[in-house]
Amino acid sequence: MRKLRRPEIALNSNHHPVSKKSPHTKRPDDSAPAYNARLAPINARLGQDEQIAFYRDMVRIRRFEERCLRAYQQGKIGGFLHLYIGQESLAVGCCSVMSKQDHIITAYRDHGHALGVGMSMNELMAENYGKYTGCSKGKGSSMHYFDPSRHFWGGHGIVGGQIPLGIGIAFALKYKGVKGACMAFMGDGAVNQGAVHESYNLAALWDLPVVFVIENNGYSMGTSQARSSAGPSLAQRAEGYGMSWDISENGHDVLEVRDKVSQALKRAHEEHKPTVLEIRTYRSRGHSIADPDTTYREKHEIEEYKRTKDPIMVYQNTLVAEGVLNDELIAKIDESARAEAETSAQFADQSPFPTVEDIKKDVYWETDNPADRKSVGTLFFD
Amino acid sequence: MKSSARELTYAEAIRDAFAVALERDPRVLLLGLGVPDPKGFFGTTLGLQKQFGADRVMDMPCAENGMTGVMLGAALNGLRPVINHQRLDFALLAMDPMCTQAAKWHYMFGGAMKMPVVFRMIIGRGWGQGPQHSQCLHSWFAHIPGLKVVMPTTPHDAKGLLLAAIEDDNPVVFIEHRWLHHLKGEVPAGHYTVPIGPARRARAGRDVTIVAFSYMVLEALEAAEKLAEDGIDAEVIDVRSLRPLDQSLLLASLRKTGRLVVADTGHSTAGMAAEILAIAGESAFGSLRAAPRRVCFPDCPTPTSPSLSAEYYPRAGHIVAAVRATLQRPPNDDDLLVPAGAELDKPNPAFTGPF
Repeated sequence: MRKLRRPEIALNSNHHPVSKKSPHTKRPDDSAPAYNARLAPINARLGQDEQIAFYRDMVRIRRFEERCLRAYQQGKIGGFLHLYIGQESLAVGCCSVMSKQDHIITAYRDHGHALGVGMSMNELMAENYGKYTGCSKGKGSSMHYFDPSRHFWGGHGIVGGQIPLGIGIAFALKYKGVKGACMAFMGDGAVNQGAVHESYNLAALWDLPVVFVIENNGYSMGTSQARSSAGPSLAQRAEGYGMSWDISENGHDVLEVRDKVSQALKRAHEEHKPTVLEIRTYRSRGHSIADPDTTYREKHEIEEYKRTKDPIMVYQNTLVAEGVLNDELIAKIDESARAEAETSAQFADQSPFPTVEDIKKDVYWETDNPADRKSVGTLFFD
Repeated sequence: MKSSARELTYAEAIRDAFAVALERDPRVLLLGLGVPDPKGFFGTTLGLQKQFGADRVMDMPCAENGMTGVMLGAALNGLRPVINHQRLDFALLAMDPMCTQAAKWHYMFGGAMKMPVVFRMIIGRGWGQGPQHSQCLHSWFAHIPGLKVVMPTTPHDAKGLLLAAIEDDNPVVFIEHRWLHHLKGEVPAGHYTVPIGPARRARAGRDVTIVAFSYMVLEALEAAEKLAEDGIDAEVIDVRSLRPLDQSLLLASLRKTGRLVVADTGHSTAGMAAEILAIAGESAFGSLRAAPRRVCFPDCPTPTSPSLSAEYYPRAGHIVAAVRATLQRPPNDDDLLVPAGAELDKPNPAFTGPF
C-alpha cells in the first residue's frame, strides 16, 4: 500500500502541529522585547477587582462543570455533555473584552461562553436536566444554551454550522449600520468544513466585522490535528482570503487571550475587517462524557497540561505572586462558586419538566403566537 | 381589487412581489447567484438591483451552504432575507442550514426566536436538463417540521404567496416550476397576500378528484377537459401549500367524488402524492369507491435525451388514464398518443430558453 504523503509538520506535543518556520510571528529583530501580554494596552491598567473577576469567572465555569459531571454520573443529565475544563481562559478572556454591541456564537462546547456572557447557572443547569426552567425550556440541553438579550446566539450541534450564522449576525450589523462585531467560535475540527471556508470568503469579500475564533484544543473528537488538517497552521489559511490572522500560543493565559482577541475586535470595529484568530488550548476531559478519552492520546499528555498549563492554576499563581490573591480569598471564591453550582443543581432538581403538551409547542412561531398567525391548514400530520 | 388587476406572466408576478416587498420593508433583501444578471433570473428580478441598490439585491459567490447560513444569521439579527436558487438542485448544498438550523431554531431555543427567511427554488423540466437540473424534491422539505412549503401555480398566487412567505415569521420554502414562468394571468397591482395554507379548487366536478401540484395543475385541467368529452366530470384541486396542507378541502372533495388521482411533479416513492393518498386512506376510507392512483415521475433520474422525455414526464394523458382506472373504465390507447410534431420537451413551441 502506498504511504500517504504527510504534511511537513513537527509536533511540539502529540496534539498541536507547529510549522518548522514559525508561520505567523514576524520577529523584527532580536533586540525587540519578548511579547508580554501583561503589557498589552488592554491589560496594562487592570484593577485588582477586574483581575479577581477573571479568576472568579474561570473558577465558576470549572465548578459548574464539575457539578454537571456529578449530575451526569447520578443520571440526572442524559445525552451530551461537552466539558470545557482546561479551556476556561478562552471564554473568559474573549467575553471580558466584548463591548455592548458585540455578539458571539459557538458550537456545542458552550458552557464557558454562556457563563462568560452572564447567563445564570440556574437556567443552564436546568437546561441540562431537561427542565422547563432551562434557558431553552428543556428543548435544547447542554449543546443549545443561548441568550439573545446578551447577544449570545448559541450553542450549535453541527460542527462548523454555526460559523455562517455568526457571519450573518455581522452582516445584519453592517446592513443596519449598527456598530459592533461578531465573534464566531469554532473548534479545530470545524476548520475543515466547507461552510467555514465559504464564510471566510464572504467575510473577506464583504468586509464584515467578524472575529473567527478557532479554539484549537488539538483534537476534533478523538482525531488529532496532525491527522485531520493540512497546512502549517489553521489560522494561516486566512491568507488565501486576504484576511488578517493571528495565533495565541498560550491560550491558557487569560491575559494573552484578552490581548489577541481585543486586537481582532478593534480591527472589526474600526476597519470593518475580519480576522482569523487561532487560540492554542487543550481540553483536560474527553470530547464528551461518553468519550473514553485516553484511547487516542497519552495520559501523560493530559497530566502534563494539567500540571503546567491549567488556566486557573496559572492565573492563580500569577495573582498570588502579584499579591492580588491570597489563600483566604482563593478559598472564598472557590466556596462561593461551589455553592452557586450546588444551588443550581438543587434548582434544576426541583424545577418542573416540560409537560406533554409542550412537545408540539415552539415548532412554528405562529402556533405559539396565534395573533401572528398568517397561514391556515394542517401543520402537523400525525 | 379587480380594477387594479392587469395581465402579467408568472415571472413578472414574482418580480412584482419582490418590488412591493422591497419597497414596503427595508429589512427585506434578495440574494442569489445571478440575481442581478441581465436576464434577471428568468425575468423575476429584472431591474430590481438598479431600483433598490446592490446592498439589498445581491449577487453571491457559489457558496450555497455558507450563504444560506449567513442569511439565517441575518434573519436572527432582524432582517428578512430571500435566498434564490435557479434550480432546486443547487439548494441541496444548503440542506444543513435549511433543515438542521432554520427549521429547528424556534424549537431548539424554546420558542424565543423568529426565523423569517424564504428559500426560493425553481424546478426545471425537459430541454435536456437531465439528472442534476430538474429534481422535484418538495417532499423532502414538506417532511421537516418547522418548515413551510408552498408551490403556487397561477401568477396571482405566485405574487400573493411570495409576499405572504416574506411576511411569515417561519422559514418558508417557495418552489416555482420553470414551465409556469410564461403563464399569463390577472395580477392585482400593489400589495396583497394569498394566505399560506388554503388549497384552490381550480375546477369543480362530481365524479373524481384530481389533486395536483404546481405545473401538474395545468396538465390536470387539460385532462379534465378531455375527460369531459367522455362525460366524466373531474374536480381539480391546486394544492398550493404542502405544509400547512388544506386537508379539509381535499377531504370534502373526496367525500363528494369518492375517487382520487394525485398528479405530482416529483417521484412517487415516499413522495407528496403518497402523503395525500395516506391522508385519504386514514381520514376518508369509507368514502373511497375505488383505489386511489398516483401520477408521478418514474423511479429513475431524469433523462437528458428528448426522445426519452416523452416517456419520462407524466402529462394530461397519464392523468386521464389514471382517472379511467378509478372509474373502472377500459383503458384507451389514444390517451397517451403524442400528436405528430409535438415537442414534449418544451413548455410551448415559442419557447427558446434559457433554462
